[in-house]
Amino acid sequence: MFQLKKVAAAVAVAMAAGGAQAQVSGGVIKIGVMSDMSSLYADIGGPGSVAAARMAVEDFGAAKKGMKVEIVSADHQNKPDVGSSIARQWYDSDGVDAIFDVPTSSVALAVNQVTRDKGKAFIVSGAASSDLTGKACSPNTVHWTYDTWMLANGTGSAIVKTGGDSWYFITADYAFGHALERDTQEVVKKNGGKVLGQVRHPLNTQDFSSFLLQAQGSKAKIIGLANAGGDTINSIKQAAEFGIVRGGQNLAGLLVFISDIHGLGLNTAQGLIFTESFYWDLNDQTRAFAKRFAPQNNGKYPTMVQAGVYAGVLHYLKAVEALKSDDGGKVVAQMKNTPTDDPLFGKGRIRQDGRKLHPAYLVEVKKPAESKGPYDYYKVRTQIPADQAFRPEKDGGCSLVK
Amino acid sequence: MTEIFGVPTQALFGQLLIGLINGSFYALLSLGLAVIFGLLNIINFTHGAQYMLGAFCAYLLLNKLGVGYWWALVIAPLIVGALGMVIERLMLKQLYKLDHLYGLLLTFGLALIIQGVFRNEYGSSGQPYPIAQELTGSRNLGFMFLPIYRAWVIVASLVICLATWFVIEKTKLGAYLRAATENPALVQAFGINVPRMITLTYGFGVALAAFAGVMAAPIYQVSPQMGADLIIVVFAVVVIGGMGSIMGSIVTGFGLGVIEGLTKVFYPEASNTVIFIIMVLVLLVRPAGLFGSQK
Repeated sequence: MFQLKKVAAAVAVAMAAGGAQAQVSGGVIKIGVMSDMSSLYADIGGPGSVAAARMAVEDFGAAKKGMKVEIVSADHQNKPDVGSSIARQWYDSDGVDAIFDVPTSSVALAVNQVTRDKGKAFIVSGAASSDLTGKACSPNTVHWTYDTWMLANGTGSAIVKTGGDSWYFITADYAFGHALERDTQEVVKKNGGKVLGQVRHPLNTQDFSSFLLQAQGSKAKIIGLANAGGDTINSIKQAAEFGIVRGGQNLAGLLVFISDIHGLGLNTAQGLIFTESFYWDLNDQTRAFAKRFAPQNNGKYPTMVQAGVYAGVLHYLKAVEALKSDDGGKVVAQMKNTPTDDPLFGKGRIRQDGRKLHPAYLVEVKKPAESKGPYDYYKVRTQIPADQAFRPEKDGGCSLVK
Repeated sequence: MTEIFGVPTQALFGQLLIGLINGSFYALLSLGLAVIFGLLNIINFTHGAQYMLGAFCAYLLLNKLGVGYWWALVIAPLIVGALGMVIERLMLKQLYKLDHLYGLLLTFGLALIIQGVFRNEYGSSGQPYPIAQELTGSRNLGFMFLPIYRAWVIVASLVICLATWFVIEKTKLGAYLRAATENPALVQAFGINVPRMITLTYGFGVALAAFAGVMAAPIYQVSPQMGADLIIVVFAVVVIGGMGSIMGSIVTGFGLGVIEGLTKVFYPEASNTVIFIIMVLVLLVRPAGLFGSQK
């Protein structure tokens, strides 16, 4: 009898809560952009991601539709503990409804868990680990822009097929690097190549000569760089210094952003092949976006991460508008149920495991003579269709997939 | 091929050499810190930012004025050193009578401001800086390819380090400097302008940092946080060597570069912590550092 009473009470509370949920909490939709604002990934997401979110809110026409949207931002310093405490504070006391971006996989995995516990929404753009839609998948998380499987599949298989069949990895020693190395190893082996070894370096390393020398000693045809941002820039720059490419080995940058190429200069970066899911010079819409975006980001063109924040915010707001609620779990479910359509990634959809699907592009960096000016950097070699660009849903081990 | 702990000796030679190269940067930077601390008693946390300013100075000289590497090596330290002297005159001077802590806080704050301004202007990815024509290419040493530029870094920093040591420890000017630290009033009584000497010394220490910055520009990216990443390690080097000891900072700089290099082979994951482990051990056994003298 007592049990029954308890259940009835619970149902009543749940219904009351349900009624209250069909509205926007606090009358404001509060978006938190969390990124690396000051260190090696700040040009990939950082203040540019905040600018992208702001543009999305404007383009969505929130003000005209009578929706009040506020954007807050924070620097997680690439530290999981800092990231999860910001997330907790945002959700518990600052009324933030959804968190966007979060580069650095270790931080994203932490925020992923906090978001799930608090029943909010998390739209990842900056982080790469494919575990976010694999064993760590959550009903409150959407992984928008790219992941380690996409990078490994795009770049790894293209390189193995053109003869690069023995690999040595220089890997950033944290969740992202490990995931990227693992996913690429699988692709290399599946395509008949072999892996000769790897060396793990701490995040944000200045000098790579020691690691490059070890890679050189391995005699592998391909040195795979499973790192990102400043780490990748320094690896590539110093590899040129030590004559790695002249010695007959080739570099594979597994995660390279347009901001990295800008920092390296075409002289050093020319000929690099890698995978991206966005390039500003793809079509009229992406070009128009980049032209509007650059002045708001100190003249720097958008990276795929910043583009992903823009598109993610847009789709999120559409879902909130349709539901007239900002309840995290419901909004994410709504996002999955509606096809996506935005000027930067085109038409697509979000799978049950939270994976957003769109095409990926295998690009090659232009020679200095081929480039017409700053940011004219890529030749698109292949477009990988949306249904092949990402890991098949059944292979990820996500518990949401039945 | 003979092996040591599973690593071929040939590869080991390469790693030792690389350690020496990184050690040259540690030595150059910790030398400047040691000079400033030894003679002014200021813990100069702006050192990393001043190293970064040196690199940016070289970058701006090249891109705005077309001034190349060799001139930058002279001009950048002069400009940044002069800026340093302005800081000393306007701000640090007020703090000499107070606890070390105030100087530390002031210089740390300045470093944050300078880095923030540059990050806002140039972003975090850094700017490319080419290696001077004369120093491009590499030599095959049999056990490794040694980029000529890196060999130049070792030679140049050794020369600068030893010259600085010589001036401070073995010349009359150096004797004045050391005397002025011990007893400024007495030295002043002999007719020497002590405040000016202190300003110039700070300027020199800062110029050393800027010099290291120009040397680093072609190897690393010229980026706003290049100094912030390095300064903590360099402080550890100074502490291990003994605060204020000139020879101590040179020897420990090179030595720790080598130890760090070897860690990158045997246990790469620990390569950015090994220096701090050594610091703890040294402080336990010799609290004044390896070359420091207990006052």
